[in-house]
Amino acid sequence: MQTSTFIDQPIKKAENRTKYYFRKFFQRKTAVIAAVIILIFLFFAIFGPQIAPFDPSLPDYDNLYGAPDAVHWFGTDEFGRDVLSRLLVGTRNSLGVSLASVLIGAAIGTFLGVLAGYYGGIIDSVVMRGSDILFAMPDILLAIAIVAIIGPGIINVVIAVAVFTIPSFARIMRSATLSVKSSLYVEAARSIGCKNSRILWVHIFPSTIQSMIVNFTMRIGTAILAAASLSFLGYGAKVDEPDWGAMLSSGRNYLDIAPHLVYFPGLLIFIAVLAFNLLGDGLRDTLDPKLK
Amino acid sequence: MSENNLLKVENLRTEFKISRKKSVAAVSDITFEINKGEIVGLVGESGCGKSVTSLSIIRLLNDTSGEITHGSVWFKGSNLLKLSDEEMRQIRGKEIAMIFQEPMTSLNPVLRIDNQLIEAIQLHTEYTKQEAREHALETLRSVGIPDPERVSRCYPHQLSGGMSQRVMIAMAMSCYPDLLIADEPTTALDVTIQAQILDLMQGIRNTRGTSILLITHDLGIVAETCSRVYVMYAGRIIEEAPVDILFSDPSHPYTQGLIASIPKLGLEAESLPFIPGSVPDITMMPGGCRFHPRCRYAMEICSQKEPELISINESQKCRCWLKTSEYSIKTENGESRK
Repeated sequence: MQTSTFIDQPIKKAENRTKYYFRKFFQRKTAVIAAVIILIFLFFAIFGPQIAPFDPSLPDYDNLYGAPDAVHWFGTDEFGRDVLSRLLVGTRNSLGVSLASVLIGAAIGTFLGVLAGYYGGIIDSVVMRGSDILFAMPDILLAIAIVAIIGPGIINVVIAVAVFTIPSFARIMRSATLSVKSSLYVEAARSIGCKNSRILWVHIFPSTIQSMIVNFTMRIGTAILAAASLSFLGYGAKVDEPDWGAMLSSGRNYLDIAPHLVYFPGLLIFIAVLAFNLLGDGLRDTLDPKLK
Repeated sequence: MSENNLLKVENLRTEFKISRKKSVAAVSDITFEINKGEIVGLVGESGCGKSVTSLSIIRLLNDTSGEITHGSVWFKGSNLLKLSDEEMRQIRGKEIAMIFQEPMTSLNPVLRIDNQLIEAIQLHTEYTKQEAREHALETLRSVGIPDPERVSRCYPHQLSGGMSQRVMIAMAMSCYPDLLIADEPTTALDVTIQAQILDLMQGIRNTRGTSILLITHDLGIVAETCSRVYVMYAGRIIEEAPVDILFSDPSHPYTQGLIASIPKLGLEAESLPFIPGSVPDITMMPGGCRFHPRCRYAMEICSQKEPELISINESQKCRCWLKTSEYSIKTENGESRK
């Protein structure tokens, strides 16, 4: 069919996408540092019990409220338990709760948001008004209300935090879907006879993942805070289970005689939230095609 | 409907909602037909309703506030506007395919070329993935893509505009549709690639007998490829003519203005003739003939009543009062010219 000389440009040699993103990401020092910190936390979450120098629940009544020293780096608490060991072991609880809740919230929120953005109309109205209602309440109050209804416990904390994570994902994914939906290749997909479901999950969804990843990291920070706050208020883990928020809560009673009981859990929560937020910023800058 | 007829659009009217109660007609009273194996041009300025017409034919207006309120689209004996969504989906891509103006953005950036082609093929055939892949490579080869194996493993951003448009054509042609709607297929491409793509489309027509509706604003492309042309202005078809007559003897004042404004080689002129004024806003269409505020032959009747599209000879139709029996004599005497 094509007989004459073919003078199309040759195919551009494109850099491997993954490599490109890695290169861009490594240019952002703060994000890299944040990622390293998160990796360290993840390491603690997995191997915390193994590397903890002491049994986290072993009391030592000779050494109550011990200040930080060479043996107990972070000091001991009101039962003489090693604070460092409790923090290390508690990492799994605190990170696990926030990760699980954000995962659940993200899955539900994304699903609803994508549907709302794509189909519009009544689905859109219901989903968006629903998230408006959830948004209208302060995060932590909402979580407390949910836990108050379904009762305390780790699983219920996960559910509570997940619920208030849903609307942010629903909103972000809806707007991402809306912007991709009107693109020409979606129309082209429809012009070859694609079904709605296929257009939605094969053609639109992959292009919106970037916004989801960024929001995901950001929300983990919020979720850590929320989970810690709930444990602080006594709705989360059992008293004897190590948990950052719960440790902060019990330490507060001895603030005047053993301030290290509050400093270290608080510092850890602060660092974890900051690291996740900085990583989210870095990922956004890396993945946003508009910021070259 | 004659044997040879493939598509016949009758009195199509598509309206867009601009507020809760108000809607405006982007196109109305659109009547045209395409015969088997024919390349028909649909020309007009930006915003005159060319794309709305094409999207109405394959019913892709869902995402907009557009709605077809009147008329019928006969394709192979069935009215497309009466089909269910599922039946229409079966026709899209299989019987009627479409290629778009911007090849670079018509392909999904996150999917590889082969996956997009295989998807298009598997939607309408019973092919296994392997068979579909072979068919995809075959189609890529037939649209003049060298080394289809390599191209098929590329992502869209690795291809040039011309290559992307070839891939789009391959995708559109993969199920051998009877009608290809090409919405400004070469506008985003440079001139040498334009010529190749037009050659390719003509080649497809010659080998497969595919009818093509070519939507463009470029009269040069029309002259090169089409056999018949419909000229649109402000949501109306104002003239229909075989391509040679359109250029030698245009009947509507608008078409005459268009043809006159084409620069001619070797002709030295101070400035090109042009049509004064601009296309009317869709919400504020002038009464009567929509072209009358810009028309140098405008008469009183032109602002009062809209003319019908009438046959002026066996192959040419025109929507102008000048061509009707009551008013044509007057103009020849020059009485009612302003």
